[in-house]
Amino acid sequence: MRISVTVDGVEYRDDVEPRTLLVHYLRERLGKTGTVVGCDTSNCGACTVHLDGHSVKSCAVLAVQANDREVTTIEGIARDGQLHPVQEAFHQNHALQCGFCTPGMIMQAIDLLADNPDPDEDEVRHGLEGNLCRCTGYQNIVRAVRDAAQKMSPGSGPEAERVDETAVVDRAPMHAGGGE
Amino acid sequence: MTATAEPEVGKARRRKEDARLITGATRWTDNLQLTGMLHMAVLRSPVAHARITSIDVTEAVKMPGVLVALTGQDLAAEQGSLPCAWPITEDMLAPPAPSLAVDQVNFAGEAVALVVARSAAEAHDALAAIDVDYEDLPVVLDLDRAVEDDADLVHPDLGTNKSATWVFDSAEAGTGSDVDQAIADAEVVVERTFRQQRLIPAFMEPRSVVVDPSPGSVTMWSSTQVPHILRWMLSAVLGIPEQQIRVIAPDVGGGFGGKLQVTPEEVLTLLVARRLGKPVKWTESRTESMLSAHHGRDQVQRITISARRDGTVTGLKVDLLADMGAYLRLVSPGVPILGAFMFNAIYKFPAYRFTCTNVFTNKVPTDAYRGAGRPEATFAIERIMDELAAELGVDPLELREQNWIRHEEFPFTTVAGLTYDSGNYEAATARAKELFGYDALRAEQVERRANGDPVQLGVGISTYTEMCGLAPSRVLGALRYAAGGWEHAAIRMLPTGKVELITGTSPHGQGHVTAWSQIVADRLGVAFEDVEVLHGDTRVSHRGMDSYGSRSLAVGGVAVVLAADKVLAKARTVAAHLMEVAEDDVEFTAGTFSVRGTSTTMALGDVVVAAHVAHNLPDGVEPGLDAEATFDPENFSYPHGTHLCATEVDTETGAVKIRSYVCVDDVGKVVNPLIVEGQVHGGLAQGIAQALYEEAVHDEYGTLTTATLADYLLPSAVDLPHFTTDRTETPATSNPLGVKGVGEAGTIASTPAVVNSIVDAVRHMGVSEVEMPCTPMRVWKAIHGRGDGVPTTPGAGGGLGSIDARGGAE
Ligand code: FES
Ligand code: FES
Repeated sequence: MRISVTVDGVEYRDDVEPRTLLVHYLRERLGKTGTVVGCDTSNCGACTVHLDGHSVKSCAVLAVQANDREVTTIEGIARDGQLHPVQEAFHQNHALQCGFCTPGMIMQAIDLLADNPDPDEDEVRHGLEGNLCRCTGYQNIVRAVRDAAQKMSPGSGPEAERVDETAVVDRAPMHAGGGE
Repeated sequence: MTATAEPEVGKARRRKEDARLITGATRWTDNLQLTGMLHMAVLRSPVAHARITSIDVTEAVKMPGVLVALTGQDLAAEQGSLPCAWPITEDMLAPPAPSLAVDQVNFAGEAVALVVARSAAEAHDALAAIDVDYEDLPVVLDLDRAVEDDADLVHPDLGTNKSATWVFDSAEAGTGSDVDQAIADAEVVVERTFRQQRLIPAFMEPRSVVVDPSPGSVTMWSSTQVPHILRWMLSAVLGIPEQQIRVIAPDVGGGFGGKLQVTPEEVLTLLVARRLGKPVKWTESRTESMLSAHHGRDQVQRITISARRDGTVTGLKVDLLADMGAYLRLVSPGVPILGAFMFNAIYKFPAYRFTCTNVFTNKVPTDAYRGAGRPEATFAIERIMDELAAELGVDPLELREQNWIRHEEFPFTTVAGLTYDSGNYEAATARAKELFGYDALRAEQVERRANGDPVQLGVGISTYTEMCGLAPSRVLGALRYAAGGWEHAAIRMLPTGKVELITGTSPHGQGHVTAWSQIVADRLGVAFEDVEVLHGDTRVSHRGMDSYGSRSLAVGGVAVVLAADKVLAKARTVAAHLMEVAEDDVEFTAGTFSVRGTSTTMALGDVVVAAHVAHNLPDGVEPGLDAEATFDPENFSYPHGTHLCATEVDTETGAVKIRSYVCVDDVGKVVNPLIVEGQVHGGLAQGIAQALYEEAVHDEYGTLTTATLADYLLPSAVDLPHFTTDRTETPATSNPLGVKGVGEAGTIASTPAVVNSIVDAVRHMGVSEVEMPCTPMRVWKAIHGRGDGVPTTPGAGGGLGSIDARGGAE
């Protein structure tokens, strides 16, 4: 089947098998390997992306269902070379270890904050319930999401998804280090 | 080159690793696409024990995109037997362990055939067209039953299900007296049988292997913790010259011991890639992972403790049955043996005997899982200390205090023969009690009991220690482990003043790149940002023993220090030569050499350049400042701590809610407190999950009924409490960094704290044991249906979101 789908701001037209899952289309056809697969029962949330601005588990959506729609992945949320505040907060709060759950966690957290810009600890925990992390025990993830909420207020919504000044300054050590 | 003002070690540096992990610019094995790459899928046995009477692949080969379908018979001549590197006794029995079953399957999930196709989907489709006929054999599942004389046998050729029995006796070893005598003479004896349920490591990244064969060399990318060991073992198993194998562990998404393995799929991917002359990828599904990647724990523990009426412990006797599953994998037999040295824990037992029998069953093989042997030991001792306290009618914390090694008694040689170098149990406990509000919670407990509150409060204690930093090579040798326990590091001083550090450790979430950079920055006085850490590729990091057993910092980190010191020693010689002074007059601080008593200085960066261009070096000095070092520790390290858990147990529903969790750990000196805290959190999560949620359950046919994340209850964010963590710091004396290791501490300590707390909440209702995981059903039955035979296999759980039933929400 022929589909047309916008992923991270770029429009793609492709022939896909009807059974192809969105996550496999993203990873194998588009090379969007930032989005990963952690399970086969839609329990882990590692594959979470946004479909028309709302989080979905991309292993539970067929590629054809994304036809004429807009997909945002972890690779598409930094703007103009600046990290999204939630990405930044995950870094600052040591909210990741192996990082395998991280793309899904971040995409879910952004969705959560769009619905509830100032969640308390319990609301964050419930909002991330469908995303499993085996490394962190969640405490720093919760801290990161609440920290991002602080940084993104006032005025949440799509505009606030853009990075703020402080976050950019704070980020310096990471870029200087250049990663591994 | 800039000098660093404040010390890097001890700083909460944000991790260098994060940059690509938070942006999706990752390098998981499954991300790799090579030109002409083919895909392998594996057919797995649905039955636990059967003879394979026939396998027909003719239809599968005709399926679209399929290149080849192979059975165990096809590979029998070349696949060898998967390695077991830890023959714990001279007469240990080990069956051959083919990667692809040849004529018999011994667990449900064992690989029986494979397909290679152009796409992963086509390979999987073709599996359905393979026809296998099985002739059922009797299934051996229960440990106690498996060791009876008339038991059915997993491997009839071995004549028994017992693989080996390993004994440590303090009277025989000369480290203590005779435990049977101690028990016979005792004023108080408490006996308990505990069950360590089977767990699944459940790293989040499913395993994946890519093999690129080319004539004369083969490159394997694998989601492994142990690239160096893997390379060695692949060579040994398959007879490929080691120098022709390159193993790369790219980004690896967690391991927890679960990727400390040489897997059937690694061998098979290599064999088919070589056969077809094309790159081949295999990536498992989550269900495959649960069904075939090794499991952990699974012991029956019979514990006898003896004491005087005044509470002084006099003896400890441990009898274990440890479930190996169907085969011995890389270190399966040694895992329970690591516990042998830890049952006596922080207490001064005069007499001790440990006996462990490793047993085959028709289940997935067991092997290392976070803590490996030590959580099992810690659980048993910390549980039985509570039982002894109840028997004696004393506060369990006071009983511990009465028997533990006092801080002034270090170094202390234990009844198991280890010498604990340092520790301060008093300090950690005092801090934990303070943070926890111990006395207030005890008072509330009394009140709730008096009021007959349907929700009872329990206080659980775990004052643990562990041996980590695996390990002194000679000790491993004495334990019949096939490899050493050293670690290697190399430093390349680049002419621009930047530094490349090559480590033999293989991080998969632990943040070595950041921590090692901090160590190097301090030692050499270079900027944190100027250090690049390389690892996980046997071409780049040619020597290493990889990451497990909380060894990376305490062994690998120390190798980094030693390598840096070698760089400096040579740099000092060169600097003295260039400044035309005697070496003894040269001092080094914060990246700069200076001549004592003068204002003459020379930055390390200038010495590096001078050594690199080699225009003016002292006679006999080779150009360059690169250095390498290998560190073999003389002792293990012994982190310890006090964990306190308060649970509210609803006596009407059996639901357990963790109200407060406090831990104060002493992991010695800390390189990066942020990373240490993260390790503690993650460890706690896994230990608490063992207490409350997780269990690999098999039905009577040996089918794993918890083979998905819907059935195997990995805790979500709502299932875990907020942790209050703190540290005390007693430096290890066994290494120059004073570090002890932290990867496993949280897991080791937390399980008994939670279970002790649950039992404590309802002990006045006649409960003295709740089997793990302490599900509402088990807790309720323990309270209301004592003697009803609490089921040991509750079946698959309720899936995520079943927090109401499990009561785990904060
Ligand atoms: S891959 Fe696990 S939920 Fe999608
Ligand atoms: S950071 Fe490893 S699974 Fe979350």
